[in-house]
Amino acid sequence: MQLEVNITGKSFASAAGKRHDVLDNVTFTLNAGEVGVLFGPSGCGKSTLLRILAGLDANYQGHVARSPGMRLGMVFQEPRLLPWRTVEENVRIAAPDVDDGTLSALFEVLELSVHRNHFPGELSLGLARRVALARAFAIEPDFLILDEPLASLDNALAGRLRDQVATLVASRKMMTLLVTHDLDDAVRLGDRLFFLSPRPARILHVETIAAPRATRSEPEIGEIKRQLSQLDLANM
Amino acid sequence: MLRLLSFALFIATWWIASLLIGDAKLPAPPAVLSVLAAEARSGALFVNLGATLARVALAFTLAMALGSAIGYLMGRVSLADRLGDPWLILLLNLPALVVIVLAYIWAGLTEVAAITAIAINKLPTAVVTLREGARALDPALDEMATAFALPRGRAFRHVVLPQLAPYIAAAARSGLSLVWKIVLVAEYLGRPNGVGFEIGVAFQLFDIPLLLAYSLSFAGVVLVIETVLVQPFETRLTRWRLRAA
Repeated sequence: MQLEVNITGKSFASAAGKRHDVLDNVTFTLNAGEVGVLFGPSGCGKSTLLRILAGLDANYQGHVARSPGMRLGMVFQEPRLLPWRTVEENVRIAAPDVDDGTLSALFEVLELSVHRNHFPGELSLGLARRVALARAFAIEPDFLILDEPLASLDNALAGRLRDQVATLVASRKMMTLLVTHDLDDAVRLGDRLFFLSPRPARILHVETIAAPRATRSEPEIGEIKRQLSQLDLANM
Repeated sequence: MLRLLSFALFIATWWIASLLIGDAKLPAPPAVLSVLAAEARSGALFVNLGATLARVALAFTLAMALGSAIGYLMGRVSLADRLGDPWLILLLNLPALVVIVLAYIWAGLTEVAAITAIAINKLPTAVVTLREGARALDPALDEMATAFALPRGRAFRHVVLPQLAPYIAAAARSGLSLVWKIVLVAEYLGRPNGVGFEIGVAFQLFDIPLLLAYSLSFAGVVLVIETVLVQPFETRLTRWRLRAA
Protein backbone atom coordinates (compact mmCIF):
# COMPACT_ATOMS: atom_id res chain seq x y z
CA MET A 1 0.00 0.00 0.00
CA GLN A 2 1.25 3.40 -0.95
CA LEU A 3 -0.08 6.89 -1.43
CA GLU A 4 1.45 9.11 -4.08
CA VAL A 5 0.43 12.72 -3.90
CA ASN A 6 1.26 15.06 -6.73
CA ILE A 7 -1.04 18.05 -6.52
CA THR A 8 -0.11 21.06 -8.62
CA GLY A 9 -2.90 23.43 -7.62
CA LYS A 10 -6.33 23.87 -6.12
CA SER A 11 -8.45 27.00 -6.11
CA PHE A 12 -11.92 28.06 -5.03
CA ALA A 13 -14.17 30.66 -6.57
CA SER A 14 -15.48 32.86 -3.77
CA ALA A 15 -19.10 34.05 -3.59
CA ALA A 16 -17.97 37.32 -5.20
CA GLY A 17 -16.51 35.38 -8.12
CA LYS A 18 -12.88 35.95 -7.16
CA ARG A 19 -10.43 33.11 -7.46
CA HIS A 20 -8.64 31.98 -4.31
CA ASP A 21 -5.65 29.69 -4.58
CA VAL A 22 -5.67 27.29 -1.67
CA LEU A 23 -2.98 24.80 -2.64
CA ASP A 24 0.19 25.27 -4.64
CA ASN A 25 2.59 22.40 -5.29
CA VAL A 26 2.16 19.56 -2.80
CA THR A 27 4.11 16.43 -3.64
CA PHE A 28 4.96 13.57 -1.33
CA THR A 29 4.71 9.81 -0.96
CA LEU A 30 3.53 7.89 2.05
CA ASN A 31 4.29 4.21 2.67
CA ALA A 32 2.55 1.59 4.78
CA GLY A 33 3.55 1.79 8.43
CA GLU A 34 4.51 5.43 8.12
CA VAL A 35 3.01 8.37 9.98
CA GLY A 36 3.13 11.62 8.02
CA VAL A 37 2.38 14.87 9.78
CA LEU A 38 1.08 17.97 8.03
CA PHE A 39 2.22 20.93 10.05
CA GLY A 40 1.30 24.45 9.15
CA PRO A 41 -0.46 27.69 10.12
CA SER A 42 -4.25 27.89 10.52
CA GLY A 43 -6.15 28.30 7.29
CA CYS A 44 -3.23 27.24 5.09
CA GLY A 45 -5.33 24.63 3.29
CA LYS A 46 -4.59 21.50 5.33
CA SER A 47 -8.22 20.47 5.55
CA THR A 48 -8.67 21.06 1.82
CA LEU A 49 -5.67 18.84 1.18
CA LEU A 50 -7.11 16.11 3.41
CA ARG A 51 -10.46 16.27 1.61
CA ILE A 52 -8.67 15.71 -1.70
CA LEU A 53 -6.68 12.79 -0.30
CA ALA A 54 -9.86 11.27 1.15
CA GLY A 55 -11.50 11.40 -2.26
CA LEU A 56 -14.14 13.89 -1.14
CA ASP A 57 -13.02 16.57 -3.58
CA ALA A 58 -12.07 15.69 -7.15
CA ASN A 59 -11.79 19.27 -8.34
CA TYR A 60 -8.02 19.99 -8.30
CA GLN A 61 -5.02 19.99 -10.59
CA GLY A 62 -2.58 17.15 -10.38
CA HIS A 63 -2.82 13.53 -9.44
CA VAL A 64 -3.30 11.41 -6.33
CA ALA A 65 -2.56 7.70 -6.73
CA ARG A 66 -4.16 5.49 -4.13
CA SER A 67 -3.67 1.72 -4.11
CA PRO A 68 -6.82 0.00 -5.34
CA GLY A 69 -9.12 -1.38 -2.63
CA MET A 70 -7.55 0.81 -0.02
CA ARG A 71 -9.74 1.17 3.06
CA LEU A 72 -9.93 4.69 4.43
CA GLY A 73 -10.51 5.60 8.05
CA MET A 74 -11.06 9.27 8.72
CA VAL A 75 -11.32 11.36 11.85
CA PHE A 76 -12.72 14.75 10.93
CA GLN A 77 -12.04 17.92 12.90
CA GLU A 78 -15.57 17.74 14.34
CA PRO A 79 -16.50 14.20 15.37
CA ARG A 80 -19.31 13.88 12.75
CA LEU A 81 -21.15 11.16 14.61
CA LEU A 82 -24.75 10.23 13.89
CA PRO A 83 -26.62 11.85 16.81
CA TRP A 84 -29.55 9.42 16.45
CA ARG A 85 -27.42 6.30 16.89
CA THR A 86 -25.66 5.08 20.02
CA VAL A 87 -21.88 5.04 20.35
CA GLU A 88 -21.70 1.35 19.49
CA GLU A 89 -24.12 1.69 16.55
CA ASN A 90 -22.07 4.60 15.20
CA VAL A 91 -19.01 2.37 15.07
CA ARG A 92 -20.83 -0.68 13.73
CA ILE A 93 -22.55 1.25 10.93
CA ALA A 94 -19.15 2.27 9.56
CA ALA A 95 -17.58 -1.11 10.34
CA PRO A 96 -20.22 -3.84 10.06
CA ASP A 97 -17.60 -6.60 9.92
CA VAL A 98 -15.87 -5.75 13.19
CA ASP A 99 -15.95 -8.69 15.61
CA ASP A 100 -17.06 -8.26 19.21
CA GLY A 101 -13.61 -8.93 20.67
CA THR A 102 -11.89 -6.31 18.53
CA LEU A 103 -14.59 -3.78 19.32
CA SER A 104 -14.38 -4.42 23.05
CA ALA A 105 -10.60 -4.07 22.99
CA LEU A 106 -10.89 -0.82 21.04
CA PHE A 107 -13.44 0.60 23.47
CA GLU A 108 -11.19 -0.52 26.32
CA VAL A 109 -8.16 1.36 24.98
CA LEU A 110 -10.20 4.49 24.34
CA GLU A 111 -12.01 4.22 27.71
CA LEU A 112 -15.39 4.10 26.01
CA SER A 113 -16.68 0.82 27.44
CA VAL A 114 -19.19 2.48 29.79
CA HIS A 115 -20.48 4.75 27.02
CA ARG A 116 -21.42 2.05 24.49
CA ASN A 117 -25.14 2.74 24.74
CA HIS A 118 -24.98 6.49 25.10
CA PHE A 119 -26.07 8.84 22.34
CA PRO A 120 -23.46 11.33 21.03
CA GLY A 121 -25.44 14.25 22.47
CA GLU A 122 -24.72 12.86 25.93
CA LEU A 123 -20.94 12.92 25.41
CA SER A 124 -18.32 15.62 25.97
CA LEU A 125 -16.21 16.72 23.00
CA GLY A 126 -13.29 14.62 24.23
CA LEU A 127 -15.45 11.51 24.39
CA ALA A 128 -17.06 12.19 21.01
CA ARG A 129 -13.56 12.52 19.49
CA ARG A 130 -12.67 9.12 20.91
CA VAL A 131 -15.80 7.61 19.38
CA ALA A 132 -14.74 9.08 16.03
CA LEU A 133 -11.32 7.48 16.56
CA ALA A 134 -12.91 4.15 17.45
CA ARG A 135 -14.97 4.31 14.27
CA ALA A 136 -11.91 5.02 12.12
CA PHE A 137 -9.89 2.20 13.71
CA ALA A 138 -12.74 -0.33 13.73
CA ILE A 139 -12.77 -0.57 9.94
CA GLU A 140 -9.10 -1.65 10.11
CA PRO A 141 -8.01 1.01 7.63
CA ASP A 142 -5.08 0.90 5.25
CA PHE A 143 -5.02 4.66 5.23
CA LEU A 144 -5.87 6.68 8.31
CA ILE A 145 -6.51 10.42 8.21
CA LEU A 146 -6.55 12.36 11.49
CA ASP A 147 -7.58 16.00 11.17
CA GLU A 148 -6.49 17.72 14.38
CA PRO A 149 -7.84 14.99 16.63
CA LEU A 150 -6.43 16.65 19.76
CA ALA A 151 -7.47 20.26 19.14
CA SER A 152 -9.45 22.16 21.80
CA LEU A 153 -8.97 19.57 24.51
CA ASP A 154 -7.23 20.46 27.77
CA ASN A 155 -3.56 19.44 28.08
CA ALA A 156 -4.02 16.44 30.35
CA LEU A 157 -6.79 14.98 28.19
CA ALA A 158 -4.94 15.74 24.93
CA GLY A 159 -1.88 13.98 26.34
CA ARG A 160 -3.86 10.87 27.26
CA LEU A 161 -5.64 10.80 23.94
CA ARG A 162 -2.30 11.22 22.14
CA ASP A 163 -0.96 8.14 23.93
CA GLN A 164 -4.09 6.23 22.93
CA VAL A 165 -3.67 7.30 19.31
CA ALA A 166 0.00 6.25 19.44
CA THR A 167 -0.98 2.81 20.78
CA LEU A 168 -3.59 2.32 18.08
CA VAL A 169 -1.40 3.56 15.23
CA ALA A 170 1.37 1.20 16.34
CA SER A 171 -1.04 -1.74 16.45
CA ARG A 172 -1.53 -1.84 12.68
CA LYS A 173 0.69 -1.41 9.64
CA MET A 174 -1.06 1.38 7.80
CA MET A 175 -0.41 4.77 6.32
CA THR A 176 -1.34 7.55 8.68
CA LEU A 177 -1.65 11.22 7.92
CA LEU A 178 -2.03 13.55 10.87
CA VAL A 179 -2.80 17.25 10.80
CA THR A 180 -1.77 19.27 13.81
CA HIS A 181 -0.74 22.72 15.02
CA ASP A 182 1.18 21.30 17.91
CA LEU A 183 4.90 20.62 17.40
CA ASP A 184 4.98 18.34 20.43
CA ASP A 185 2.23 16.12 18.98
CA ALA A 186 3.98 16.15 15.61
CA VAL A 187 7.33 15.02 17.01
CA ARG A 188 5.86 12.35 19.29
CA LEU A 189 3.48 10.81 16.74
CA GLY A 190 5.15 11.40 13.38
CA ASP A 191 7.82 9.72 11.27
CA ARG A 192 7.95 12.40 8.60
CA LEU A 193 6.94 15.98 9.17
CA PHE A 194 5.77 18.12 6.25
CA PHE A 195 6.00 21.82 7.03
CA LEU A 196 3.49 23.79 4.96
CA SER A 197 3.56 27.44 3.95
CA PRO A 198 0.66 29.85 4.44
CA ARG A 199 -1.96 29.93 1.69
CA PRO A 200 -1.54 28.78 -1.06
CA ALA A 201 0.10 25.85 0.71
CA ARG A 202 3.29 24.22 -0.51
CA ILE A 203 5.75 22.00 1.31
CA LEU A 204 8.56 24.12 2.76
CA HIS A 205 10.53 21.45 4.53
CA VAL A 206 10.40 17.72 5.18
CA GLU A 207 11.85 16.43 8.43
CA THR A 208 12.37 12.69 8.75
CA ILE A 209 12.73 11.36 12.27
CA ALA A 210 14.87 8.23 12.10
CA ALA A 211 14.29 6.84 15.59
CA PRO A 212 11.21 4.57 15.79
CA ARG A 213 8.27 6.25 17.54
CA ALA A 214 8.16 3.96 20.55
CA THR A 215 11.86 4.34 21.37
CA ARG A 216 12.10 8.13 21.40
CA SER A 217 13.20 9.36 24.79
CA GLU A 218 12.17 12.68 26.34
CA PRO A 219 15.61 14.31 25.74
CA GLU A 220 15.58 13.18 22.09
CA ILE A 221 12.09 14.63 21.58
CA GLY A 222 13.20 17.87 23.23
CA GLU A 223 16.25 18.07 21.00
CA ILE A 224 14.24 17.49 17.77
CA LYS A 225 11.74 20.14 18.84
CA ARG A 226 14.56 22.60 19.59
CA GLN A 227 16.12 22.07 16.16
CA LEU A 228 12.79 22.38 14.38
CA SER A 229 11.83 25.57 16.17
CA GLN A 230 15.01 27.13 14.80
CA LEU A 231 13.95 26.47 11.21
CA ASP A 232 13.59 29.75 9.38
CA LEU A 233 10.32 28.79 7.67
CA ALA A 234 9.42 32.35 6.75
CA ASN A 235 12.33 32.57 4.31
CA MET A 236 12.05 29.22 2.60
CA MET B 1 -56.38 14.09 33.78
CA LEU B 2 -55.94 17.47 32.14
CA ARG B 3 -57.26 16.04 28.88
CA LEU B 4 -60.36 14.72 30.67
CA LEU B 5 -60.97 18.11 32.23
CA SER B 6 -60.64 19.80 28.86
CA PHE B 7 -63.11 17.28 27.39
CA ALA B 8 -65.61 17.97 30.20
CA LEU B 9 -65.28 21.69 29.53
CA PHE B 10 -66.10 21.08 25.86
CA ILE B 11 -69.30 19.11 26.74
CA ALA B 12 -70.34 21.78 29.23
CA THR B 13 -69.87 24.60 26.70
CA TRP B 14 -71.86 22.64 24.13
CA TRP B 15 -74.69 21.99 26.59
CA ILE B 16 -74.95 25.62 27.70
CA ALA B 17 -74.85 26.81 24.08
CA SER B 18 -77.63 24.42 23.14
CA LEU B 19 -79.78 25.74 26.02
CA LEU B 20 -79.22 29.29 24.82
CA ILE B 21 -79.70 28.71 21.08
CA GLY B 22 -82.43 26.12 21.27
CA ASP B 23 -82.74 22.42 20.45
CA ALA B 24 -83.72 22.98 16.84
CA LYS B 25 -80.40 24.43 15.80
CA LEU B 26 -78.00 22.89 18.32
CA PRO B 27 -79.28 19.70 19.97
CA ALA B 28 -78.03 18.93 23.47
CA PRO B 29 -75.42 16.17 23.99
CA PRO B 30 -77.97 13.44 25.07
CA ALA B 31 -80.00 13.85 21.86
CA VAL B 32 -76.88 13.42 19.72
CA LEU B 33 -75.74 10.50 21.85
CA SER B 34 -79.02 8.64 21.34
CA VAL B 35 -78.77 9.07 17.54
CA LEU B 36 -75.18 7.86 17.72
CA ALA B 37 -76.30 4.79 19.68
CA ALA B 38 -79.06 4.05 17.17
CA GLU B 39 -76.62 4.29 14.24
CA ALA B 40 -74.17 2.06 16.08
CA ARG B 41 -76.88 -0.56 16.79
CA SER B 42 -77.93 -0.70 13.16
CA GLY B 43 -74.27 -1.05 12.15
CA ALA B 44 -74.45 1.93 9.76
CA LEU B 45 -72.02 3.93 11.87
CA PHE B 46 -69.27 1.35 11.53
CA VAL B 47 -69.85 0.75 7.83
CA ASN B 48 -69.59 4.46 7.11
CA LEU B 49 -66.66 5.14 9.42
CA GLY B 50 -64.90 2.09 7.99
CA ALA B 51 -65.43 3.23 4.40
CA THR B 52 -64.08 6.68 5.18
CA LEU B 53 -61.11 5.31 7.10
CA ALA B 54 -60.22 2.96 4.25
CA ARG B 55 -60.27 5.85 1.77
CA VAL B 56 -58.16 7.98 4.10
CA ALA B 57 -55.63 5.18 4.57
CA LEU B 58 -55.29 4.48 0.85
CA ALA B 59 -55.12 8.10 -0.29
CA PHE B 60 -52.77 9.04 2.54
CA THR B 61 -50.37 6.17 1.87
CA LEU B 62 -50.35 6.86 -1.85
CA ALA B 63 -49.75 10.59 -1.44
CA MET B 64 -47.08 10.20 1.27
CA ALA B 65 -45.11 7.56 -0.63
CA LEU B 66 -45.18 9.40 -3.93
CA GLY B 67 -44.82 12.86 -2.37
CA SER B 68 -41.84 11.86 -0.22
CA ALA B 69 -40.02 10.30 -3.16
CA ILE B 70 -40.62 13.31 -5.41
CA GLY B 71 -39.79 15.80 -2.64
CA TYR B 72 -36.53 14.00 -1.79
CA LEU B 73 -35.53 13.96 -5.46
CA MET B 74 -36.34 17.65 -5.89
CA GLY B 75 -34.36 18.55 -2.77
CA ARG B 76 -31.32 16.57 -3.90
CA VAL B 77 -31.23 17.12 -7.67
CA SER B 78 -31.49 20.71 -8.83
CA LEU B 79 -32.59 19.70 -12.35
CA ALA B 80 -35.57 17.83 -10.89
CA ASP B 81 -36.34 20.87 -8.74
CA ARG B 82 -36.33 23.24 -11.70
CA LEU B 83 -38.47 20.88 -13.81
CA GLY B 84 -40.93 20.08 -11.05
CA ASP B 85 -41.36 23.47 -9.44
CA PRO B 86 -44.00 24.97 -11.80
CA TRP B 87 -46.08 21.78 -11.52
CA LEU B 88 -45.79 21.93 -7.79
CA ILE B 89 -47.01 25.52 -7.61
CA LEU B 90 -49.92 24.66 -9.89
CA LEU B 91 -50.93 21.67 -7.76
CA LEU B 92 -50.51 23.56 -4.49
CA ASN B 93 -52.93 26.25 -5.61
CA LEU B 94 -55.47 24.03 -7.34
CA PRO B 95 -58.69 24.02 -5.26
CA ALA B 96 -59.63 20.59 -3.89
CA LEU B 97 -63.10 20.91 -5.36
CA VAL B 98 -61.74 21.32 -8.90
CA VAL B 99 -59.63 18.16 -8.63
CA ILE B 100 -62.51 16.12 -7.20
CA VAL B 101 -65.08 17.28 -9.77
CA LEU B 102 -62.70 16.73 -12.68
CA ALA B 103 -61.75 13.28 -11.38
CA TYR B 104 -65.41 12.28 -11.16
CA ILE B 105 -66.13 13.62 -14.65
CA TRP B 106 -63.14 11.90 -16.24
CA ALA B 107 -63.11 8.61 -14.34
CA GLY B 108 -66.76 8.35 -13.33
CA LEU B 109 -68.18 8.18 -9.81
CA THR B 110 -65.76 5.44 -8.84
CA GLU B 111 -63.63 4.55 -5.84
CA VAL B 112 -60.46 4.99 -7.92
CA ALA B 113 -61.47 8.51 -8.91
CA ALA B 114 -62.22 9.47 -5.31
CA ILE B 115 -58.96 8.12 -3.88
CA THR B 116 -56.85 9.57 -6.70
CA ALA B 117 -58.45 12.98 -6.25
CA ILE B 118 -57.82 12.96 -2.50
CA ALA B 119 -54.22 11.84 -3.01
CA ILE B 120 -53.57 14.56 -5.60
CA ASN B 121 -54.74 17.17 -3.09
CA LYS B 122 -52.34 15.95 -0.44
CA LEU B 123 -49.38 15.23 -2.72
CA PRO B 124 -47.93 18.76 -3.19
CA THR B 125 -47.73 19.56 0.53
CA ALA B 126 -45.81 16.34 1.12
CA VAL B 127 -43.47 17.22 -1.75
CA VAL B 128 -42.82 20.72 -0.37
CA THR B 129 -42.11 19.50 3.16
CA LEU B 130 -39.81 16.67 2.07
CA ARG B 131 -38.00 18.96 -0.34
CA GLU B 132 -37.18 21.26 2.58
CA GLY B 133 -35.99 18.23 4.51
CA ALA B 134 -33.73 17.05 1.70
CA ARG B 135 -32.30 20.56 1.32
CA ALA B 136 -31.49 20.67 5.03
CA LEU B 137 -29.49 17.42 4.99
CA ASP B 138 -26.11 17.88 6.67
CA PRO B 139 -23.33 17.78 4.03
CA ALA B 140 -20.79 16.96 6.77
CA LEU B 141 -22.53 13.65 7.44
CA ASP B 142 -22.77 12.95 3.70
CA GLU B 143 -18.98 13.37 3.53
CA MET B 144 -18.56 11.04 6.47
CA ALA B 145 -20.66 8.41 4.68
CA THR B 146 -18.58 8.87 1.51
CA ALA B 147 -15.24 8.74 3.35
CA PHE B 148 -16.22 5.50 5.07
CA ALA B 149 -17.60 4.14 1.78
CA LEU B 150 -20.99 3.30 3.29
CA PRO B 151 -23.12 1.45 0.73
CA ARG B 152 -26.07 3.52 -0.52
CA GLY B 153 -28.72 1.54 1.31
CA ARG B 154 -26.98 1.72 4.66
CA ALA B 155 -26.20 5.42 4.25
CA PHE B 156 -29.84 6.13 3.41
CA ARG B 157 -31.13 4.19 6.39
CA HIS B 158 -28.74 5.48 9.02
CA VAL B 159 -27.63 8.88 7.75
CA VAL B 160 -30.39 10.31 5.54
CA LEU B 161 -33.64 8.85 6.87
CA PRO B 162 -33.18 9.95 10.50
CA GLN B 163 -32.59 13.51 9.26
CA LEU B 164 -35.75 13.36 7.16
CA ALA B 165 -37.84 11.81 9.94
CA PRO B 166 -39.06 15.09 11.50
CA TYR B 167 -40.08 16.31 8.04
CA ILE B 168 -41.86 13.05 7.31
CA ALA B 169 -43.67 13.34 10.63
CA ALA B 170 -44.66 16.94 9.87
CA ALA B 171 -45.87 15.99 6.39
CA ALA B 172 -47.80 13.06 7.85
CA ARG B 173 -49.50 15.16 10.48
CA SER B 174 -50.51 18.07 8.23
CA GLY B 175 -51.33 15.61 5.46
CA LEU B 176 -53.57 13.52 7.65
CA SER B 177 -55.60 16.56 8.69
CA LEU B 178 -55.86 17.65 5.05
CA VAL B 179 -56.97 14.18 3.90
CA TRP B 180 -59.60 13.97 6.70
CA LYS B 181 -61.17 17.18 5.40
CA ILE B 182 -61.03 16.43 1.70
CA VAL B 183 -62.26 12.85 1.95
CA LEU B 184 -65.62 14.11 3.23
CA VAL B 185 -66.00 16.44 0.24
CA ALA B 186 -65.22 13.61 -2.16
CA GLU B 187 -67.76 11.36 -0.42
CA TYR B 188 -70.38 14.09 -0.31
CA LEU B 189 -70.08 14.64 -4.05
CA GLY B 190 -69.84 11.14 -5.39
CA ARG B 191 -69.78 8.14 -3.07
CA PRO B 192 -72.74 6.07 -1.80
CA ASN B 193 -71.34 5.61 1.74
CA GLY B 194 -68.92 7.11 4.23
CA VAL B 195 -69.13 9.91 6.76
CA GLY B 196 -69.25 12.56 4.02
CA PHE B 197 -72.21 10.84 2.36
CA GLU B 198 -74.11 10.62 5.66
CA ILE B 199 -73.44 14.29 6.38
CA GLY B 200 -74.81 15.10 2.92
CA VAL B 201 -77.99 13.13 3.73
CA ALA B 202 -78.30 14.86 7.10
CA PHE B 203 -77.88 18.24 5.38
CA GLN B 204 -80.68 17.53 2.91
CA LEU B 205 -83.03 16.42 5.70
CA PHE B 206 -81.84 19.14 8.10
CA ASP B 207 -81.19 16.31 10.56
CA ILE B 208 -78.80 18.13 12.89
CA PRO B 209 -78.43 15.35 15.51
CA LEU B 210 -77.39 12.91 12.75
CA LEU B 211 -74.96 15.47 11.34
CA LEU B 212 -73.38 16.03 14.73
CA ALA B 213 -73.33 12.32 15.56
CA TYR B 214 -71.24 11.56 12.46
CA SER B 215 -69.02 14.62 12.77
CA LEU B 216 -68.19 13.92 16.39
CA SER B 217 -67.61 10.18 16.03
CA PHE B 218 -65.31 11.00 13.13
CA ALA B 219 -63.46 13.58 15.23
CA GLY B 220 -63.17 10.91 17.95
CA VAL B 221 -61.54 8.50 15.51
CA VAL B 222 -59.07 11.18 14.42
CA LEU B 223 -58.18 11.91 18.04
CA VAL B 224 -57.59 8.23 18.79
CA ILE B 225 -55.36 7.80 15.73
CA GLU B 226 -53.39 10.89 16.69
CA THR B 227 -52.86 9.65 20.27
CA VAL B 228 -52.24 5.98 19.50
CA LEU B 229 -50.27 6.20 16.26
CA VAL B 230 -48.85 9.64 15.41
CA GLN B 231 -47.64 10.82 18.81
CA PRO B 232 -45.87 7.58 19.89
CA PHE B 233 -44.21 7.48 16.46
CA GLU B 234 -42.85 11.00 16.95
CA THR B 235 -41.64 10.20 20.47
CA ARG B 236 -39.79 7.16 19.16
CA LEU B 237 -38.13 9.18 16.40
CA THR B 238 -36.82 11.83 18.77
CA ARG B 239 -35.74 9.56 21.62
CA TRP B 240 -32.05 10.31 20.94
CA ARG B 241 -32.52 13.99 21.74
CA LEU B 242 -31.49 15.01 25.23
CA ARG B 243 -34.40 15.04 27.61
CA ALA B 244 -34.57 17.27 30.64
CA ALA B 245 -33.77 14.99 33.56
